[in-house]
Amino acid sequence: MNYKYLFNRIFDLSIVLIGISIIVFSMIRLIPGDAVAIMLGANTEITDEAMNELRSRLGLDKSIIEQYFFWVSNIFKGDFGTSIWTGRPVIDEIYLNAWPTIELTVLAVLIGAGLSIPIGCFMAISRGSISEIFARVTAIAGLTIPSFWLGIVSIFLVAKLFPSYIALGYVPFFEDPIENLKRMVLPVFALSLPMIANLSRLIRSAMLDALSQHYIRTAKAKGVSNFSTVYKHALRNALIPYITSVGVSVGYLLGGSIVIEQVFAIPGLGRLVLGAIAERNYPLLQSSILVMTAAFVLVNFIVDILYLFIDPRISKND
Amino acid sequence: MKNDKLLFFSIIVVSLQVLLAICAPILGFQDPYKMIMINRLKDPNLMNLFGTDHLGRDVLARVVYGYQTSLLTSSLAVILSLILGGTIGLLAAYYRGLFDRIIMRFMDILFAFPILLLAIGIIAVIGPSIWGAAIAIAIVYTPIFSRLIRGPALVICETEYVESALSVGASDFRIIFFHILPNLTSVILVQSSLLLSAAILVEASLSFLGLGAQPPIPSLGLSLSEGRNFLLLSPWPAVFSGLAILFLSFGFNLLGDCLRDRLDPRLKGEFENKF
Repeated sequence: MNYKYLFNRIFDLSIVLIGISIIVFSMIRLIPGDAVAIMLGANTEITDEAMNELRSRLGLDKSIIEQYFFWVSNIFKGDFGTSIWTGRPVIDEIYLNAWPTIELTVLAVLIGAGLSIPIGCFMAISRGSISEIFARVTAIAGLTIPSFWLGIVSIFLVAKLFPSYIALGYVPFFEDPIENLKRMVLPVFALSLPMIANLSRLIRSAMLDALSQHYIRTAKAKGVSNFSTVYKHALRNALIPYITSVGVSVGYLLGGSIVIEQVFAIPGLGRLVLGAIAERNYPLLQSSILVMTAAFVLVNFIVDILYLFIDPRISKND
Repeated sequence: MKNDKLLFFSIIVVSLQVLLAICAPILGFQDPYKMIMINRLKDPNLMNLFGTDHLGRDVLARVVYGYQTSLLTSSLAVILSLILGGTIGLLAAYYRGLFDRIIMRFMDILFAFPILLLAIGIIAVIGPSIWGAAIAIAIVYTPIFSRLIRGPALVICETEYVESALSVGASDFRIIFFHILPNLTSVILVQSSLLLSAAILVEASLSFLGLGAQPPIPSLGLSLSEGRNFLLLSPWPAVFSGLAILFLSFGFNLLGDCLRDRLDPRLKGEFENKF
């Protein structure tokens, strides 16, 4: 076990988490306007006392550094603040809206990561100039298709071809698993296509790289079958850059899901963020950005830790 | 050889679209703001080649002027982030030490945010507009450029010509901007093109969410979001604005990709997955 590597990753993780909390905290403080005035908003008979009272209740009368530590210590206690408009704890709203986003992201990762391996291998084996151009152009096209446009077009086509199919909205999985998955098909397809394009291209170039190594020649020379050289010897080595990319893609998927949720009317975190901006619900906005970013950072931390088990160059290097 | 053909093809695709955007006013398109209410949601016909939108505006004109908005916003964003991130990367590579560690650590933290989420957060602070979107994308791309520039700049700092420039007493400014920077041209060209392609998509997403260009400005993302509400009556505004985003982004991505093969094959694979 390489403890130095583990320790370094944990140190990096804490620095990044502290950093993003400071950025998110100061971002919200930079928004012009008085948070208290917004919260009391429509009420015209606001006295100065009422405003001051609310201010001290929220800790806004303290210095900015004290406010930051107040906020962070509350987060450790599980208190992310209260939503301005509903008065409910922010963490409850995030929890309620997180499931559709988690489901969407997990399904898209599974589909994207799963399909890209066979596609990438196929593109690597079938070499030649035509297939090379084809691989490149389809990969770039997949990457540059706006996923929300793909979503809209697919909604239109489905509505025309299968009028009885309901493509919009969300049904919780435990209420009706089949209906839930049926409605997830189009959003997951739209969300995962750029990922498939990106990852299969990566697999292709990593495979081409691996196939030109000496150990492949050795394997071939000692009579290992073609299938086994490609899928056992080359693919295993090609998987290492691939796993990093899957982790990085999660950030893209979280961003992309904000748009896709809007297209397919899915009540997820993206809708929560956009709603919070529209109604100037800053405690909610602040916490949802923090939670989504922290989730992304943690996924990449887990990927880094996975290397300890996958890559002998890291795990054996004490 | 075949790669040169593809490069040539991508240059044509990109320059046609850029020319279309620049020359839009003199090419005799209809007024993209003019609403003819009796002409709403028409299918493509001889008068309106791409049909009309829900306010009776010519979709072809909206798309062509939308190119202007899209290109203006995203290239402004890429230029700003190149200046900011490039300078940070150069200074970090040249001075190294504590300055390098602190500033690159800060860039890592910015890099840790999902791109679109950070852009949305920044727009929540500065307000939704074309300029807001450009600034947000610029900030989001700054850490990417700083990392992309710092790596190769570190290598160049070790070369003999930098050492000899130092020994004849050239100033830091002169070494950084006249000896190191020119050697990074190919990196900058390739990555600007690739990031521009991604910025076009981010800008379209932001406008689509109502956080970029505001109506009645012709914007591809905005037209797509407006067209979505009338999809079953007439899909054409949504279809054509989406295709326009695709072609624009595709052109720059292919260009960057071919330029990379041509100028610096070693760059292959780096940052491919951060889009």
